[in-house]
Amino acid sequence: MSAAAETTVLHAHTETLRNALLGLAGATALVSVVGALAFGLPGPAKEAPAAGIETPALVELKPQPFAYRPAGDFSQAGRPTNAALRTVSLDRPLAIMMHQVTVGEYQRCVTDGACPRVAADQRAPADQPMVGVSWRDANAYAAWLSAKLGTTWRLPTDEEWAFAAGSRWHDDVQPEGGVDPAQRWLARYTQESEREDVAQRAPLPVGSFGVNEKGVLDIAGNVWEWTESCFVRRDLAAADGTQTVNCGVRVVQGSHRTYVSDFVRDARAGGCAVGKPPSNLGFRLVRETPAWKRWPTMMARLLKGAVG
Amino acid sequence: MITRRNALMGAAMTALTFTTAARAEAPTKVMTPAAGGDLNLPREKVKLVTPPFVHPHEQATTKGPMIKEFTLVIEEKKVVIDEQGTTFQAMTFNGSMPAPMMVVHQGDYVELTLINPETNTMPHNIDFHAATGALGGGALTHVNPGEQVVLRFKADRTGTFVYHCAPEGMIPWHVVSGMSGTIMVLPREGLKTADGKALKYDKIYYVGEYDLYVPRDENGKYKDYDTPGEAYADTLEVMRGLVPTHVVFNGKVGALTGKNAMTAKVGETIMLVHSQANRDTRPHLIGGHGDYVWETGKFDNPPEKNLETWFIRGGSAGAALYTFKQPGIYAYVNHNLIEAAELGATAHFKVEGKWNDDLMKQVKPPQPIPPQVQGALRKGMIPG
Ligand SMILES: [Cu+2]
Repeated sequence: MSAAAETTVLHAHTETLRNALLGLAGATALVSVVGALAFGLPGPAKEAPAAGIETPALVELKPQPFAYRPAGDFSQAGRPTNAALRTVSLDRPLAIMMHQVTVGEYQRCVTDGACPRVAADQRAPADQPMVGVSWRDANAYAAWLSAKLGTTWRLPTDEEWAFAAGSRWHDDVQPEGGVDPAQRWLARYTQESEREDVAQRAPLPVGSFGVNEKGVLDIAGNVWEWTESCFVRRDLAAADGTQTVNCGVRVVQGSHRTYVSDFVRDARAGGCAVGKPPSNLGFRLVRETPAWKRWPTMMARLLKGAVG
Repeated sequence: MITRRNALMGAAMTALTFTTAARAEAPTKVMTPAAGGDLNLPREKVKLVTPPFVHPHEQATTKGPMIKEFTLVIEEKKVVIDEQGTTFQAMTFNGSMPAPMMVVHQGDYVELTLINPETNTMPHNIDFHAATGALGGGALTHVNPGEQVVLRFKADRTGTFVYHCAPEGMIPWHVVSGMSGTIMVLPREGLKTADGKALKYDKIYYVGEYDLYVPRDENGKYKDYDTPGEAYADTLEVMRGLVPTHVVFNGKVGALTGKNAMTAKVGETIMLVHSQANRDTRPHLIGGHGDYVWETGKFDNPPEKNLETWFIRGGSAGAALYTFKQPGIYAYVNHNLIEAAELGATAHFKVEGKWNDDLMKQVKPPQPIPPQVQGALRKGMIPG
């Protein structure tokens, strides 16, 4: 993977452009940006905490190999299939919020006029995860928090989320069909029916779904989390690697993986005729590793690229 | 534990016009169920089953008219009607929404024992649209908690007919609280096409659609009540707005989806009976059709053929026959799609079988638009 590919962006939301530059690990570009831009980012973050806004509790994880299956719709010569399950490693340490952004935290952004006031119950306890937020709302929060703290915050990619979820990550293997599409639909429907009523629907206070082996709270509980990753459709047989990337639809992670339009706040409503949507949409952010901390890895990659 | 005394007081508070409540204070003598002794006909006790299933029955019969005995036990209970856990003070016959479907043949006598246990708080009764006289039986079947009654009526015309509770002063409230069901009176010789060819089904399902009106608190949250009486005033206010908060099949959102989805096989003919005791609706099988549809449910009229959507008038039940031709997942919805998707009126069919490419095939899966087509589009041309 070349450095240039790493720094391409998938969308043009200006407020998240910088986040995207730092965050995306290799995907097809809709908009290409010069790789060098990425190096022009701030050095060591100057701590400029705004009144009362503290750095959220973080779990810091060193890269380690983990099993991952890319998100998206994959086919092989026209037949739906699954992307290969592979062992991967993140290219940098991951600093992810220990818990999902809470009602109390989100409300401060609303009070500041930086986050949309959403319909979700305004009287929900402050220590509950904020739900009923869209991908856009989550990004508004990330931009606000970044500005307040002087560090860069963004949604995790699907891959990063999977790493943080650890044993709670669910491999989303879709039934592979032969020529008969109905068999696949039936199998998927049965699979989805199995996971009904796994969790209480109403959001519960932070910590209610426990901690995983990495120290991350409530991951894959009854609040699904937005990720930065875009929906991808790809024919694995296509020699040129052509794929469709739709960044109007983002990967949502939780006790199952799904894809939701970025403006949707309640995935239960409006839905498709069949299939089980996430119970609640919330989010947690990652703090971007400052560029200077990533220099060694970047240099190593560049050198490797130059040599290989 | 609700005592009978409390129950009666509750009834007195809510039953504005019900004056006979006090009578139930006297110890009740249980009537002997076999009150139809004046008719010298064979009898058959029918065991009702919970919808969407229907008790076993003959589609055509060579037997003569009979007295078919049914029992309905009224049950007031709190139920959950959606995935958010919204509670609802339901009033039911036999504990289900809709009440069980009864099947008889034209000329049979329906003998119903209606029981109102003393654990209930209110008087109830029953109005059969299939019956003639006495407000469909409503005037002869008022039972207080702790009472039971036996009614007999002759099923003199064929069709699917709604039955529902209809206590004076509170009819709509009892109906939209769950008290409705369907009786199907089949022609003795079975169902027929317009040209007299026999129609048969391999399976029958009964879907009862409800418009529900759940009060909200000042924060917009659905309110939870301990008794129907407490829910009455607020519920009536929502009802008068005529905008339901939920529109559901079989009592709650998702009652007929997922593990509870209805099933069929390619080649099987399904009879689908759909009732709505209060409000118009328009069932539609997404990806399928109605091969033969008695929209009004009345079998003396020839069935309509090849319908896409059919209309069920509020206060009626309709019937549709469909032979599945393709496997997969089908959604059976109220085709006011807002009510289907947002308010709950969706059911699913899981249909097993072999895919038929002749009926449908994805010729090319979704793929990026080829450059020449892109070019044409840019010039404002319609490619191809
Ligand atoms: Cu009643």
